[in-house]
Amino acid sequence: MSWTDDELARAALGELEPGMVVNLGIGLPTRIAGLLPPDADVWLQSENGLLGLGPPPLDGEEDPQLINAGKETVTVRPGSSLFDSAVSFAMIRGGHVDLAVLGALQVSASGDLANWAVPGGRTLGVGGAMDLAAGAGRVVVLTRHRTRSGAPKLVQRLDYPLTAAGVVSRVITELGVFDVTGGAFRVVRLAPGVSWQTVSSATGAAVLPA
Amino acid sequence: MPSKVVESVVDALAGLGDGMTVAVGGFGLSGNAEVLIDAVLETGVRDLTLVSNNAGAMGVGLARWLQAGIVRRFIGTYVGRNEDLQRAIDEGIVEVELTPQGTFVERLRAAGAGIGAFFTPTGAGTLLAEGKETRRLGGREMVLEHALPVDFALVRARTADPFGNLCFHGTSRNFGPAMLMAARVGVVETESVVPLGGLDPNRVHLPGAFVQRVLCVPVHKDPIQHRVVRARESA
Repeated sequence: MSWTDDELARAALGELEPGMVVNLGIGLPTRIAGLLPPDADVWLQSENGLLGLGPPPLDGEEDPQLINAGKETVTVRPGSSLFDSAVSFAMIRGGHVDLAVLGALQVSASGDLANWAVPGGRTLGVGGAMDLAAGAGRVVVLTRHRTRSGAPKLVQRLDYPLTAAGVVSRVITELGVFDVTGGAFRVVRLAPGVSWQTVSSATGAAVLPA
Repeated sequence: MPSKVVESVVDALAGLGDGMTVAVGGFGLSGNAEVLIDAVLETGVRDLTLVSNNAGAMGVGLARWLQAGIVRRFIGTYVGRNEDLQRAIDEGIVEVELTPQGTFVERLRAAGAGIGAFFTPTGAGTLLAEGKETRRLGGREMVLEHALPVDFALVRARTADPFGNLCFHGTSRNFGPAMLMAARVGVVETESVVPLGGLDPNRVHLPGAFVQRVLCVPVHKDPIQHRVVRARESA
C-alpha cells in the first residue's frame, strides 16, 4: 500500500505550524490548501502578490483580478494583504516565508532540487521556483517517488538542471516521509504497508532506516 | 492644471518605435492593459524586446504580438504552454532570456531606483547563472544581476488621478509598479480617472512621479485562465 495524492498531501500537514507564512508550489503541494481548516493559523502566500489566501470563490463570484500563481481564481481571508511582485519576492528572498512546499523532478541526497527544466525538453520557464528554493526558511518537497516511466526521483546526484543546491530538508512521497541527511535519505515514517526494501529499491540513493 | 490623461491610444503610444524595449504588466491574462497591448499592433512597430512575466496565453493578449512577429526578444520568467511563444522560439524568430521571477522584478525595480546591478543567491549554480559574475557574500554564493531599464511600460490600474497616482486591484499590481519605475515612458491603462484629491494619499499604491501617461479604459474583457470555484450549497 502507498498513499494516494490526498493522503500524501495530508502527510505534509504536520509541516505547517501555527503562525507560519507558507508558499505552496503548483501541483501536488496545492492540495494541502484544500485540507487546511478554514480558521487554520497558517498564512498562505502566493508569489503574484497575496498573503492570506482563502478558499476558492463561490460560483459566480470570481474576480478575474484575484488569482494565485497557478492563475486560478481565489479569495482572500480576513487579515490578508495584497502587494506588488517586488514586495512579494522580498518576502520570499529575504527569508520571510517560513516554509515552501514545492514539487520536484528530482531531489538529491544532498538536498539539491531540480524542478524547472527537463534535459533536452522544451523550456517551460522558471517562474518563482529558484527564488522560493533559495529564499524560503525551510524547503519541503512533495512528489511522487518515481517518474511515470519508473525512474527514481530521489537520487544521489541530479542529472536534471539545478533549481537550487542543498536546500531541501524533507521529502514526502506516496511511500513515506524522508529527511535529507547530506549523503542519504533517512526514513521519518513510511506509508502503511510500505517496507524499507520497497523504498530502497525505488530510490536512487542510500535510504537509512528510521 | 496640466494633466497626464491622454485622449487616445495614439497619444498614449506616441514615440514608440522599432527596436524598443517594452515592459508589459499582468500575470498571464490577469490584469492586462488590454487596449494598449492591442494598440501596439496597430502602430506597425517591430523588432521589439518584450519584457513580461508571460507572453500572453491562449492566443490572446501578448500572444498576438508573437503571432504578428513583432517581438525579436522575450525577457520573462515563464513560457508554459503558450503555443504562439513556443512556435516563435522553435522557428528562431524570438530569442528568450529566462530569469527567475524575483530577479526579474528586482532588475526592473533596480532600474527605476538608480541601482546598476545587485547580487542575489537566487539562481546560483544553475543554468540561468551561466556567464554571470559571482561572489561569496555572507557565506553564500551570489550572482550579479543587472538592472533592466525599458523604453515603455504598459500597465493596468484600477484608478488613477491626473497626476498619475495609482491604485491597483487584487493581485493585478504584480509587476506594474516596478515596470513603471523602470520605464522612460510609463503608460497606464486605468479603469477610472478621479480628480486630483480624489485618491486618499494614504491609499496610493504608486506615486504619479513614476507615470507619464494615463489612458482611461472603463471596460475590459478580463478573461479567466483557470476558473476554480466552490459550488453553492443548495438551500
